[in-house]
Amino acid sequence: MDEAKRARLGKLRWHCRRALLELDLVFQRFWEGTGDEIDEETEAALARLLEMEDHDLWDLVSGRRDTADPQLNGMVERLRRI
Amino acid sequence: MLNYTVRKFDAVIVGAGGAGLRAAIQLSEAGFKTAVLTKVFPTRSHTVAAQGGVAASLGNSEEDHWHWHMYDTVKGSDWLGDQDAIEFMCRKANECVIELEHYGMPFDRLDNGRIYQRPFGGHMSNFGEKPVRRSCAAADRTGHAMLHAMYQRNVKVNTQFFVEWQALDLVRDADGDVLGVTAMDMETGEIVVFHAKATIFATGGAGRIFYSSTNAFINTGDGLGMAARAGIPLEDMEFWQFHPTGVAGAGVLITEGVRGEGGILRNSAGERFMERYAPNAKDLASRDVVSRAMVTEINEGRGCGPNKDFVLLDITHLDPATILKRLPGIREIGIQFAGVDCIKEPLPVVPTCHYQMGGIPTNYRGEVVVPKDGDPNAVVRGFYAAGECACASVHGANRLGTNSLLDLLVFGKSAGETAVENLKAGNKAHKDLPQESIDRTLARVNRLNTQTGGANVHETRLAMQRTMQAHCGVFRFKDMLEQGVAKILDVQEQVRRTEIKDKSQVFNTARIEALELDNLIEVAVATMVSAEARKESRGAHVRDDAPDTAERPNGRDDQNWLKHTLWYREGNRLDYKPVNLKPMSVETIALKKRAY
Repeated sequence: MDEAKRARLGKLRWHCRRALLELDLVFQRFWEGTGDEIDEETEAALARLLEMEDHDLWDLVSGRRDTADPQLNGMVERLRRI
Repeated sequence: MLNYTVRKFDAVIVGAGGAGLRAAIQLSEAGFKTAVLTKVFPTRSHTVAAQGGVAASLGNSEEDHWHWHMYDTVKGSDWLGDQDAIEFMCRKANECVIELEHYGMPFDRLDNGRIYQRPFGGHMSNFGEKPVRRSCAAADRTGHAMLHAMYQRNVKVNTQFFVEWQALDLVRDADGDVLGVTAMDMETGEIVVFHAKATIFATGGAGRIFYSSTNAFINTGDGLGMAARAGIPLEDMEFWQFHPTGVAGAGVLITEGVRGEGGILRNSAGERFMERYAPNAKDLASRDVVSRAMVTEINEGRGCGPNKDFVLLDITHLDPATILKRLPGIREIGIQFAGVDCIKEPLPVVPTCHYQMGGIPTNYRGEVVVPKDGDPNAVVRGFYAAGECACASVHGANRLGTNSLLDLLVFGKSAGETAVENLKAGNKAHKDLPQESIDRTLARVNRLNTQTGGANVHETRLAMQRTMQAHCGVFRFKDMLEQGVAKILDVQEQVRRTEIKDKSQVFNTARIEALELDNLIEVAVATMVSAEARKESRGAHVRDDAPDTAERPNGRDDQNWLKHTLWYREGNRLDYKPVNLKPMSVETIALKKRAY
């Protein structure tokens, strides 16, 4: 893996440190499952999701709310299945 | 040796949760150049998770008084809280809540426009007579709304944020004065000394020392680790509040509302065991009674699962429509974290660490205090702490719900105010930086960067968490504590030789986790050693060999143990100091049995 990608993934991993334990656990499982095998599309979708506020993000991941955004929806579905 | 640069500020605050943001407002509004360092973006601090509300005797719905709130807090603390600090907090509550409202906090409101208040466990009117509506909330997002309001206020008053910086160590000179912190920029790996005349720690709790914890992963006790390494003792670390129902293996909280709606706790035989421990209240007995009963069932071999290490919370007898309507989110939590649909199967639960009552010793002004020359509370010049990382001590041996958000508002503000006062009165120039102090930090980071053949960080952290959970959990046993001390000291040896494979500079999360473990282990050792030594039961510290007797109700031993523990890292030694039973303006709230 090149340095630029390593740095980007490191940043994404750190942004998965959240205020709520529920989200920490979901993202921990996500990274355990994918390791560094993550394509650019997933990277972009994950980066956008991580911009959200924690409660809103948990509402999405736990299925209490849905999103119509196709890019986010794919990632949310993936997190829900973890 | 590693390189570093120096940046000068009037004040540096570590942590941007509720306490840090509140302290920063005070300093920036007074015109002082203030830096706030934070591991994560401020509105992602763990304060976000606080839902219950913030206590203040506003009396908007019924009569209330700060003195009643004070009484409840002293009683909740099992008389270990300092009564001057408790009076200060309860008297300041209204002012702090109203200030927050002026910052734009969207509190729930009554029809007449005043802040809506609801009842909360342990908060009573007229010195324990009946429940009172004292909690001010913003729906179920009180902590989140609070952080947003205070972050916006800080932006307005030009507080300078350093986001995604890991604080490494206190800078303390030969006089014992604190002159700032060293920190690492996660984005570059650069090390900077933040040279300051006032240093405020607001780094939150360390709930991740336990295997089962409701705390987010960021709660690694960084401030406590840094303070301990700099020779500051940690106070009352044996006192941790546990919640009875965390999802086994995950820690995610299952609200008490589940038992309120008819949920039943069962052991491996399917027995409703709470009928034996609390024949009247059964599953709705108080948190500590339920937690101890659960641990007793597990310890006596009646736990569930292949390792018999959890009990079951059963709501399968409830109407699914009721579950979905009255307990929103519970089904999702069960499916996500236990792989169980609670409509069809019971949830595996264990008592789970929730809140740290002890911390860095401070007075009610937010100044860090240590014993010196016969004074048990001598001020450490330039050093302040507030919020969960600090021990003022207002929570004593047990915290009341909604007093944690109040703690961070009142003592965040107080630490900021005191720092402003001292900055105005003190020298205009910064004291010289002590090279030795900085070198110790550089050596610690360098050791980690160059370690070979060392211990795995993840495995070592897990060993620490399992040791704490098994030996120093919600219900404590003499032999287990004694063994626990030896075991945690073994883990400490492993922590001193942790190794990371990834040596990169940019967002090296492996390195951050290793540095966090350096802090966690200090808290874990302090907790185990302090708990083993305290031979009574008080508040959240409950020992099997200190039971409820006529002579010592609830196992509390005021004759020998009405005192604060101080744990020192150097020599792993303990000291004690008196509890302040003298309030600021009212009569002492006299000792009596804590009963609800």
